[in-house]
Amino acid sequence: MTAVEAGRKAATPLDVARVQADFPILARRVHGQRLVYLDSAASSQKPRAVLDAMARFYETSNANIHRGTYQLAVESTEAYEAARRAVARFVGAPDPRGLVFTKNVTEAINLVAASWGGANLKAGDAVVLTEVEHHANLVPWLMLKDKLGIELRFVPMGEDYTLDLTHLDRLLDGAKLMAFTAMSNVLGTLTPIRRITDAAHAAGALVLVDGAQLVPHVPTDIAALDVDFFGFTGHKMCGPTGIGAMWARPELLEAMPPFLGGGEMIRDVRLDGFTTAEVPTKFEAGTMPFAEAVGLHAAVEYLGALGMDAVREHEVSLTAYALRALKERHGDDITIYGPSEPAMRGGALSFTYKGIHPHDVSQVLDQKGICVRAGHHCAKPLLRRLGVGATTRASFYVYNDESDVDALVEGLSDADDLFSL
Amino acid sequence: MAGLEDLYREIILDHYRSPRNRGELPTPPAQRVEGFNPLCGDEVVLFVDLHDGTVADIKVSGQGCSISQSSGSMMTAAVKGKSVAEARALIRRFKGLMSIHEQALGGEADQLDEDGADGAGADDPDVKLGDLEALQGVVKFPVRIKCATLSWNTLTQALDEAPA
Ligand SMILES: Cc1ncc(COP(=O)(O)O)c(C=O)c1O
Repeated sequence: MTAVEAGRKAATPLDVARVQADFPILARRVHGQRLVYLDSAASSQKPRAVLDAMARFYETSNANIHRGTYQLAVESTEAYEAARRAVARFVGAPDPRGLVFTKNVTEAINLVAASWGGANLKAGDAVVLTEVEHHANLVPWLMLKDKLGIELRFVPMGEDYTLDLTHLDRLLDGAKLMAFTAMSNVLGTLTPIRRITDAAHAAGALVLVDGAQLVPHVPTDIAALDVDFFGFTGHKMCGPTGIGAMWARPELLEAMPPFLGGGEMIRDVRLDGFTTAEVPTKFEAGTMPFAEAVGLHAAVEYLGALGMDAVREHEVSLTAYALRALKERHGDDITIYGPSEPAMRGGALSFTYKGIHPHDVSQVLDQKGICVRAGHHCAKPLLRRLGVGATTRASFYVYNDESDVDALVEGLSDADDLFSL
Repeated sequence: MAGLEDLYREIILDHYRSPRNRGELPTPPAQRVEGFNPLCGDEVVLFVDLHDGTVADIKVSGQGCSISQSSGSMMTAAVKGKSVAEARALIRRFKGLMSIHEQALGGEADQLDEDGADGAGADDPDVKLGDLEALQGVVKFPVRIKCATLSWNTLTQALDEAPA
């Protein structure tokens, strides 16, 4: 019985040993050591169900979508549209017509900035972001600032690594859009999405959420969150690379100009002009990553069968264990940048250790088969705010267990042995 | 398989723990030049005082990993008091050491200046690397090569920008 079959039986706690058996890569060794993969916030590993679904698709149904009338093309198109419905359902999207497939969440946010932003913002209009954003939800807006002269305002990070919402209403005053991450990829902090959304709507602003770190780890219900735009990325949620999505209210998509132009997104083209297809196809120019959509479909089925409540519970308890174990062994030698209360955060733990540079920490850990991320995590303004050039980040997912945390705790002592002054 | 001892030689750790020529110089007469490694956020700030065609004084500040810090420290020790021509020859030699392997490993080659590793001087036996040889192990860890070359690229920039 696979973990998926087990999960279907009941909303029981995650059987991590069984989950691990679903991920072929975990069987490999690195530098002669067991692979301890603690970088799922950057990209997750893939269960066999996803790999098999893609291989099966290529072996049996592969053909370009929306184009042929032959059997393979029909099957392929059906598989793609079934993926759209399944992914939309997985994130609680009120209407699958609003789900536009993209290359990743970066492209999803760029789509909104270029299309909606280009059509609806003018010089002096305000967009509110936060200080903790990934570059993916910052640079597209900085580009619009350069291009149109829009004003950017930032919700600051408070001392406890949560957003300081004290002046939220003032920041939102007159703003056209509030765009923020649902969970910081550096701090792990979960954002109170509904609270910010209600405040933004009351101020007359639309809301865009970067769900890249939320959807893989926390049950997500876009309808209940009441947001207007919600982006996420497949490769962090057990899916393949090359596919992500932007869900938007269909009426917004209908009013927005197209983003990329080309095949598929049109209704008619003449030498002097074109008309666009219906949403969401209007925003899906060129041959889409349809095999990847099939893979993402398998990924959401896999996660759905594990049960996202169980996934979240597992990560809260593993994060609690990690916070405790790191502090117990390393005390004041380790500084963890993020909330100390596991319920307020996800399983991405950024830290600095004894003044040893994160590059060096991660190099030592690599020798023990431990994969962690070292650097600025594509959030340079936040790192500057924290007063550090780089941190080491360990992040957890469904296949991690306490022995992975123990390896990390132990590995840091090795770095200490090598680098201590 | 490359082990950690290939990367973290004792001499490297020594320069990392007690960096030479760390600090700043008044500008002017010294020039101040910054270098960044966008990948990891390492940054180096060089203060170079050129006088009568020699590197009269040089100091380094900034932040980074043990490899970028020790490479910067060794570099300052190696070029201080040398003529600009000697300093350039040493840069070519060092970057030659780093780039040959980088290309062999299929890594993204560090941008070589026109007179870079392929040009004269890249393996000039008269240019002695001394302690810098210890950094040779870095080439077995391709992602770290940019750490090792950061301060050298910054020095090239300083020499290029120096008023004639
Ligand atoms: C919060 C957040 N936003 C955006 C991204 C960008 O994701 P992608 O590179 O898949 O577009 C990431 C991950 O890298 C992230 O953690």
